[in-house]
Amino acid sequence: MIGKRKGSRLGVGESRAMMIGLGLGAWVIGILWIFPVGWTLLTSFKTEQDASAQTFHNGLTLSRYSDVSQSTTGTLSLSTAFTNSLVVVLVSTTIVMLLALPAAYALAIRPVHKWRDVLFFFISTKFLPIVASIFPIYVYAEKWNLIGTRTILIVLYIAINLPLAIWMTRSFFVEVPRELIEAAEIDGTSLFNQLRSVILPIAAPGIAATALLCVIFAWNEYFYAIQLNFAGASTMPQWVIGNVSTRGNFLAKLSAASIIACLPVVLAGWAAQKRMIRGLSMGAIK
Amino acid sequence: MSAADATLSAPVKGRVGDPFGSAWRRRAPLLPALVFTILITQLPFLVSIYYSFTNLKDKTQSLIPEPTKYVGIENYRAIFNDPFFRQAMYTSVKMTVSAVVLSLIFGTLFALLLDRKFFGQGIVRTLLITPFLLMPVVAALIWKQQMFSSLFGLLDKVLVFFGLNSVAFISDHPLASIVTVLVWQWTPFMMLIMLAGLQSQPSDILEAAGVDGATSFGIFRQLTLPHLRRYLELGALLGSIYIVQAFDAIDVMTGGGPGSTNIPYFVYEESIGGGFRYGSASAYAIVVVVFSIVIATFALRVLSGLLKDEDRA
Repeated sequence: MIGKRKGSRLGVGESRAMMIGLGLGAWVIGILWIFPVGWTLLTSFKTEQDASAQTFHNGLTLSRYSDVSQSTTGTLSLSTAFTNSLVVVLVSTTIVMLLALPAAYALAIRPVHKWRDVLFFFISTKFLPIVASIFPIYVYAEKWNLIGTRTILIVLYIAINLPLAIWMTRSFFVEVPRELIEAAEIDGTSLFNQLRSVILPIAAPGIAATALLCVIFAWNEYFYAIQLNFAGASTMPQWVIGNVSTRGNFLAKLSAASIIACLPVVLAGWAAQKRMIRGLSMGAIK
Repeated sequence: MSAADATLSAPVKGRVGDPFGSAWRRRAPLLPALVFTILITQLPFLVSIYYSFTNLKDKTQSLIPEPTKYVGIENYRAIFNDPFFRQAMYTSVKMTVSAVVLSLIFGTLFALLLDRKFFGQGIVRTLLITPFLLMPVVAALIWKQQMFSSLFGLLDKVLVFFGLNSVAFISDHPLASIVTVLVWQWTPFMMLIMLAGLQSQPSDILEAAGVDGATSFGIFRQLTLPHLRRYLELGALLGSIYIVQAFDAIDVMTGGGPGSTNIPYFVYEESIGGGFRYGSASAYAIVVVVFSIVIATFALRVLSGLLKDEDRA
């Protein structure tokens, strides 16, 4: 796993000077890659004049953050968008995990007949272009008065995250030692108790990483949000975009809004980076 | 859940080919997820197929579709006479292939750099993965406003500083601008996959090769690269799944301006994005699905290879 092994692979046969040079090279690339984000962070603390001129005459200030968090009438407020995002993301992720954990059990621990086909069915839904199913969803959401509600977003976010969650949790379940499960079975432990007391504690870090990825994808989702959700249930991406269209090109303000919108997920991603990729590789990486 | 409970209390045996009760006992935990997925992803798709044979549209744009008429394959015939659709198809291929290939190349190079001991390794990895965690909408905005903009963009300032002419990046090179943002976001993803691939190499073989006096380039070409093949395939596959659906960056940066409309954006414009011709838009979507199935068949072969490897392990 990443970070576990500290020694270098290609280090074999490399001189010390070359090692230092390549380390410096990595630093340069890392700084270059994050530069646009760093610059946006800096801009968010500037005055608007400094921001649009890309200069530093007036020092740094926190006022852009208080500007964006105050709502003007008729526009989407930060607190509304944040609450909507939070509810949609947490509810959809919880349901995804409630569906994915038993499913992964039936695909990994005590696999159903043709478990491979079932697994492929789930992932094949990710190949289906979203546009291919958006109109019926749209038409029926309209019919059932679901447009502009959190409910429709929750349902759709479950649908987009479930295949990934099942693949990921399955790959973590496969690694739970068979002996432990068999021992629990002999003891006559029910499925629920097996999950709770044997499997979950072992697979917990992987399951947390899976849930986190679902949170990231749901938090960042924009297409469904603007298509089905232009009324009161708007989420954070829409709030950021709202700062562009309704308030003109206020670069510093927009930067502050961008930082606020991305911060929760970026922090969570930083914390879980080592595990996340294991899950993303869908069991290919051990 | 009561059905599941009932089956759970059945005696435990647990082999494929067991009596009926046991088979359902195995299936029960799977069913909620399966039923949900079929309802939400397959059913709408079937309805889309039906729409594609009708003239369903929304003339009043009141968002309520009007009564429909069966039009046979007319919508499909129209597709192949539509130069804009062909253009969008071409753009989709160019956008996906260039973004996936470039981010794979950068991702592999960065992973090779990171897979060694140096001061601040973890910090550099954290810096590199950050763009992947950003909202795609925000990533596109950052590049549009801070980097590419001809009013306050940094790139423009740099060009002027060096006495060069300004370039209107987004309006003159819309596709390249969008691909830049996609590559910026997806390189970290590819890097993490390749990094995991590099670190799963058995170190004793590499050490043995080193002892035998192999050069680091020789080791890379003979041992590392073949080992990485699976990971490259996986990266290309997962990257394609997400990048082919790119919408946010296009919407934010060009609004589907010339040369930057991919298939998802095209179908969107044709329908809920303003055209409101659900019937013909569905036909476009179905054609896209057919192409996706071709790609997916190939992609599933890759995944299938991964599962077989797992069996052997």
